[in-house]
Amino acid sequence: MSNKTQRRFGMAVDMRACVGCSACVIACADENEVPEGHTRRWVSEVVKGRFPELTAEVWSDCCQHCDDPPCVTSCPTGASHIHDQTGTTQVHEELCTGCKACVASCPYDARYVHPNGYIDKCTLCIHRLERGERTACEVVCPTEAIIVGDLDDANSAISKAVRSRQSKQQKLDSGTRPRFHLLQ
Amino acid sequence: MQAHEYAEVTSTRANPHIDPVLHIWGWEVPVYLFLGGLVAGMLVINAYAVLSRREKEMPAAAKLFPMLGIPLLGIGLGALFLDLEYKLHVFRFYTTFEPTSPMSWGSWILLVVFGTSGLVALSAYVKSSWPLASFTKGLPMVKTLESFADRHARGLAIANAVLGVSLGIYTGILLSNFAARPFWNSGLLGPLFLVSGVSTGAALGAILSSAEGERHMLLRLDLMLMTTELVLIGLWVISMVSGGEASRASAELILGGPYAAAFWSLVVVVGLIVPITLELMSMRGRWRLTIVGPALVLVGGLSLRFVMVIAGQHIGY
Repeated sequence: MSNKTQRRFGMAVDMRACVGCSACVIACADENEVPEGHTRRWVSEVVKGRFPELTAEVWSDCCQHCDDPPCVTSCPTGASHIHDQTGTTQVHEELCTGCKACVASCPYDARYVHPNGYIDKCTLCIHRLERGERTACEVVCPTEAIIVGDLDDANSAISKAVRSRQSKQQKLDSGTRPRFHLLQ
Repeated sequence: MQAHEYAEVTSTRANPHIDPVLHIWGWEVPVYLFLGGLVAGMLVINAYAVLSRREKEMPAAAKLFPMLGIPLLGIGLGALFLDLEYKLHVFRFYTTFEPTSPMSWGSWILLVVFGTSGLVALSAYVKSSWPLASFTKGLPMVKTLESFADRHARGLAIANAVLGVSLGIYTGILLSNFAARPFWNSGLLGPLFLVSGVSTGAALGAILSSAEGERHMLLRLDLMLMTTELVLIGLWVISMVSGGEASRASAELILGGPYAAAFWSLVVVVGLIVPITLELMSMRGRWRLTIVGPALVLVGGLSLRFVMVIAGQHIGY
């Protein structure tokens, strides 16, 4: 399935820059009034080897705003949808029954049940994008590790970064074509 | 793996029911899947009784099944409703049809099932000696519906056969649709849940039937279905074991992992091997308590749904 939208917003995280400080996690929770005990962003860390021969990777993580999002195709009410203008994956609260099909369908476990009953997740700060502003996580990042932008725009910072640097995407085997790039 | 290749993955995420292990579906969903499958089986068997003109020889299938199916499905839907996190929005299932979502298909199938089997149930009810049956028969609207159901008995039976098969398969596809959950992500789940559903329907009929001939027939049918179910379970396990990394890891859940005991004891031994053995023994006249086998089939069917739903959330991609 291909979903042609006006723009194709995605996110890149520079793994050479990210120090796992969690400022993005706090900024996201504050900006989006994420309920206590829940999180739309998180910091992932993989440590390999045995002391003293260790290597670590750390990155800020969230919804991957997939090109082929199973949360949208599995939703029985149309609540989970792809936003026309930005191509991001969003939830219409007023359509959501809280059946949790989308939660089960997400290989990234990026969704959770909001205490008010609907399913909640990263919106890529769509309310800010629509005002022409950058996302809260991107703005607050002290090492400028987070880049958000239109992957269909060849001149955007994210397109240039993904083009010019080695990057990887998580769980490509699950077939969702994520738009979240980890710059090496 | 060599010791120095050891890797530790950590995350600061701690969302309720998501971390550390997905647990969004509790008892409500397996209960619903069990009752949905059971009613699917009852619809198919009822349709067979009507279409083969065996209503007299199969009183349970022809008369009891339609009347019991509606309340059983109602209880199942009640369980499903309890699972919804936003119960006020339940009507949203019926303000759209989403062709890529099995849950949307299921919602509409259930609505049609209530219509068609409701008509059959009403017609059977007003002819029965159940409480208030003769009073209900006198109501004007009921007369119209009853004569409609009687005139179109065969058409309704064909509809119920198709709907029963759809409902049974859908209870499996509901889970197998999730590529993110490799334990569920197998095309075999549709047929497995359908066969298991019809098997529980036959078992319930064998328990409830007052006619010796019908009991025997349903027990024979169940024997075939249980054997098929064993084969399907075998194929499903083989396809997981021979799959990629995620598939093999999910096979591990029932091959020595945390759900192995429940799966092999309750689903396979109690729910299939023992009833198959009892049925074979009764065919040779060595076992007379014919209610035990079908009762175990029902236990096995419910256990299958519980193990599938709970274990499948244990492993992601």
